[in-house]
Amino acid sequence: MPSKKYDLVIANGRVIDPALGFGKEAHVFVKDGKIAKIEKESASITREMKSLSDEQFIDATGKLVVPGLIDIHVHLREPGREDEETVESGCRAAASGGFTSLCCMPNTTPCIDNQETVKFVQDRAKNADARVYVIGAITKGRLGVELSEIGDLVNMGAVGITDDGTYLQDAQVMRHALEYAKMFDIPVMQHAEDSQLCDGAIMNESYESTRLGLRGAPPVAEEIAVQRDISLCRLTGGRLHIQHISTRAGVDAVRRAKAEGINVTCEVTPHHLILTDDEIGKAFNTNLRVNPPIRSEADREAVVEGLIDGTIDCIASDHAPHSEEEKDCEFDKAPPGMIGLETSLGLIKTYIIDKGYLSWADAIAKMTVNPARILGLPGGTMAIDSPADIVIINPDKKWTVRADKFRSLSKNSPYIGWKLNARVEKTILGGRIVYEV
Amino acid sequence: MSKLSSRHLLGLEGVPASDISLILDTAESFREVLDRKIKKVPTLRGITILNLFYEASTRTRISFELAEKRLSADTVNFSTSTSSVKKGESLRDTVQNIEAMKIDMVVVRHGSTGAPYFLTQCMDSNIINAGDGAHEHPTQALLDMYTIRQKYGKLDGLRVVLVGDVKHSRVIRSNIWGLKTMGASVALCGPATLMPYEIEQLGCDVYTDIDEALDGADVVNVMRIQLERQQSGLFPSQREYTNLFGINKERLKRLRKNYTIMHPGPMNRGVEITSEVADGPRSVILEQVTNGQAVRMAVLYLLRGQDEGVEDAE
Repeated sequence: MPSKKYDLVIANGRVIDPALGFGKEAHVFVKDGKIAKIEKESASITREMKSLSDEQFIDATGKLVVPGLIDIHVHLREPGREDEETVESGCRAAASGGFTSLCCMPNTTPCIDNQETVKFVQDRAKNADARVYVIGAITKGRLGVELSEIGDLVNMGAVGITDDGTYLQDAQVMRHALEYAKMFDIPVMQHAEDSQLCDGAIMNESYESTRLGLRGAPPVAEEIAVQRDISLCRLTGGRLHIQHISTRAGVDAVRRAKAEGINVTCEVTPHHLILTDDEIGKAFNTNLRVNPPIRSEADREAVVEGLIDGTIDCIASDHAPHSEEEKDCEFDKAPPGMIGLETSLGLIKTYIIDKGYLSWADAIAKMTVNPARILGLPGGTMAIDSPADIVIINPDKKWTVRADKFRSLSKNSPYIGWKLNARVEKTILGGRIVYEV
Repeated sequence: MSKLSSRHLLGLEGVPASDISLILDTAESFREVLDRKIKKVPTLRGITILNLFYEASTRTRISFELAEKRLSADTVNFSTSTSSVKKGESLRDTVQNIEAMKIDMVVVRHGSTGAPYFLTQCMDSNIINAGDGAHEHPTQALLDMYTIRQKYGKLDGLRVVLVGDVKHSRVIRSNIWGLKTMGASVALCGPATLMPYEIEQLGCDVYTDIDEALDGADVVNVMRIQLERQQSGLFPSQREYTNLFGINKERLKRLRKNYTIMHPGPMNRGVEITSEVADGPRSVILEQVTNGQAVRMAVLYLLRGQDEGVEDAE
């Protein structure tokens, strides 16, 4: 239609775009899958005023209009465990959680340590409801011994590397990874838990593990891992990203490193911000088993502080689907991991924003522009000509998490039955509505 | 007060003193049955009990089985070596299938903390924990307390020292909860590598010097030291363990005059305890085993009594 000026207008909402330092009532205009303009005039508009069809007009009065959220820590399970999640189902789950971009971890079967597997995942994601960026394995087979063909991975589009799920225990290999990845300006993302100190661990080492007689992963295992890698990062001048940080000492180490000017970033999960290990003994809910483990209250408070003061750059879910069969068992026999894409935003609103720890703008920054910058991703902003990845949030809508409503193929969430205080209304990917409540 | 506050016995943490007293009092009447010529009462006639043993056990399994038989219950035994677990059947499926054959109570021993709780969530039977991981072993602690009470007429005010691998011991954990609830004071002693994080928060005095730990105590309950702990580097050698923590006659001088020696078995003679002490006049190790029968009979009787009227124990 030659007369059509805009494909979509999102009117009357409160637009928050931390990348632009923008936060007020405005109208967002989308054309050809991109942001065409943001009109800051305060007067509200109606569909008729702009001669738009129903499909072209969204009245977002009372809603937040923010850049599509970005989750840089997601397990899609494809290839290998398509019963638990596929690229397609994971992206559907992402869309309903307000995420338009995600980074998938390479610990699939086979793992993503070569071009073909990167390509396979990218192909599967072509028509998906979210943009998928692939993180490659640091080492071949994630065995921690020889570097993957990192140049190949990057050429195919990998945006970072990690052996997530296990710590890269060999300091020499980690040193080489940081040096080598520097050539491609990508971060080395580390699951920072010393494997020997965590051998056989089922939960956090604390009074609770003592009480329950379960083997504990001591917080110092994270501190040592983080500290070692910071030292290697200083030595090599590479880029280090600490995944799912969970302890006071880990956060303190990153804070000191940043003050020193070392190129380190880190992420935190909603569960490490919210849950504590005293929940485990109440009903042995296997969905509380996760690595790194949920910690004690003192560590939880410390990661919240780190989030507030900016030591922690971004929030990532570590969405880790597991089948019901695998989780319906004795606590120590359950595989670690919980899903998170569909609850992240609601949890952050309820337990971080509503508690006064972060403003909406700061929270959105940690779920959009900040993760985008760590990995050099497009998006995370509604600047003119950016992809029209937008999420419309009802900031006060209360809802209850229900297992039968998950779009993920897995239901392993400890939040089932929880009441959350904000809900995604619509998710728009490149100008196309991919989710509506 | 003639009823327990729960229809399961999963552990002693949080179990009120009134429940523990009721079990110990009830055990006294069953203890008397064991000295009769005919050691059998009709109390649980018509009740079917499953002994579900996911871990090897000789003493506890036989003790429960005899207790059940002496209460006239029907019993079935399950052990993992001869079951479908080898074929990969889940715990939920296993117990739901057995329960479909109409059983009433389950005695469970399992390597995983919380497995007895898991059973309460997937079946209707009364669940009795016969040891879950390093978490709890409540009937062992109850029989230990019964034996102490038999000896001293009370638990309140006594000093009990538990010696050994605190980190991996469910017997120690259950003893701590039970003894504290009943007013005893508890001291722990063992290598620092086998002391779990913040164990003192359970309300115990923690020692790594055995002589200090024994000083002025009434009861020493010596735990088996598992040799695989040495192999995983938690102490340098059996010899050094014996030197530092082994209970021998010389060390007993630290104790109060009327002291008692206990061990839940199986013993490594010459390692954590010398034969001289284990077989000495102050040892109640075999009485513990006999009392275990009475305590388990009491637990089975009282838990079943929660659900329906059963014939009187007398």
